Amino acid sequence: MAMTQRLVLIGTRKGLFVARRPGRARGWELDPIRFANLEVYAVGVDTRPSTPRLFAAPRSLHWGSSLVRSDDLGATWAEPEQAPIAFPEAAGVALARVWQIQPGPADEPDLVYAGAEPHALFRSEDGGVRFSLVQGLFDHPHRPEWMPGNGGACLHTILPHPDDARRVTVAMSTGGVYRTADGGESWEPANQGIQAYWMPEDRRYPEFGQCVHRLAVHPSRPERLYAQNHFGVYRSDDGGDSWRAIESGLPSTFGFPMVVHPRRPDTVFVFPLQADGERFPPQASCRVYRSDDAGGSWRPLSEGLPSDPYYAAVLRDAMCADEGDPVGLYLGTRLGDVYASWDDGESWEAVASRLPDVLSVRAVALG
Amino acid sequence: MRATLVLPGVLREHAGGRRTLPVQGTTVREALDRLARDWPALERRLRDERGGLRPHVLIFVDGVNLRDARGLDTPVPEGAELYVAPAVSGG
Repeated sequence: MAMTQRLVLIGTRKGLFVARRPGRARGWELDPIRFANLEVYAVGVDTRPSTPRLFAAPRSLHWGSSLVRSDDLGATWAEPEQAPIAFPEAAGVALARVWQIQPGPADEPDLVYAGAEPHALFRSEDGGVRFSLVQGLFDHPHRPEWMPGNGGACLHTILPHPDDARRVTVAMSTGGVYRTADGGESWEPANQGIQAYWMPEDRRYPEFGQCVHRLAVHPSRPERLYAQNHFGVYRSDDGGDSWRAIESGLPSTFGFPMVVHPRRPDTVFVFPLQADGERFPPQASCRVYRSDDAGGSWRPLSEGLPSDPYYAAVLRDAMCADEGDPVGLYLGTRLGDVYASWDDGESWEAVASRLPDVLSVRAVALG
Repeated sequence: MRATLVLPGVLREHAGGRRTLPVQGTTVREALDRLARDWPALERRLRDERGGLRPHVLIFVDGVNLRDARGLDTPVPEGAELYVAPAVSGG
């Protein structure tokens, strides 16, 4: 198969790995581990510069969180002299983790967002070197009522509108979906129709407080959003005004990642888990589910994935697609197995095996 | 007071590869405030943005744990050794 080179960033519980596929029939090469023993919850790729800029957010239990970047495709990594992401003194909190690194829209080439724990959005106007707190969200009157999810009080998803830099949608565990239309000054919750299953029956559809695990959007259909919730898979066709369940054909409604095909806005991928108390694939069968009709129906895909009983989850940031030809689809599991697919998930090949617990995966097609 | 900051191996890349750095201050807080100006990437690994010592960082002044003394207000005697260590934890 003729194909361009690929580079995959793999953030794990104990360091960062860079996998490279030089193209054609040659297999994957894995760089030596970087940031050994540091957990890497977020990796990022900004494809707007001529050489894509890579990001990783290593965190040490002892020495705190950082954000590093590479402008030479992972050969060297740099951290700015001053802290790249830090809360202002008046905020009264300290950065616990960086959960997300998200480049802004194409017409704002220096705009990069970061999602943080405790719940906060940061914004960089210099390509991701220094970030500042988006105060409007931090000052939101709902903030004291946002709760930490099992993983922490994280802002984990950031969807900048592709055509309007003032519009951004974010998701938090557990706070739910919020959106701004004025560049981050004001934010409104956008959770109507998403269930908070753990609440008493008459309070299961609150204005906010849902445990949304992941949002996804296709840039050509910015009003259509997909959500993988803590029980529940949803779609909105009105930019988040309302949501409806798209679960028919899934073996379970629990899971973490959600990925939209970069060329086909109606094609979406999830990795179902049995339940929040049973965080492994249904029947211990490692399967990706794909819908080609925007969630109307789903089909399991497993060729090339482990066929033995498999008990590992794929976390919210550990499945992604690149924009190459063919499109590369990637997933990494908590057993440290990383796979790629070149046929929209129909079949998978191993990128790397037996790495530490995979927390985040991002990929880019080069050349 | 002039003192010597002794670093664990994992932090030396943030101190120009050195195992020790000269520091100065009447208290540990003052010494770290100065360190923040000269070696910001090192200092922010010891204290978070609120100015407190990170929870799993230990500093000993001439062998006495700051937490058993006066915290960041612990005085720094002339010629003291400020020994930095990670608390033993993790898996």
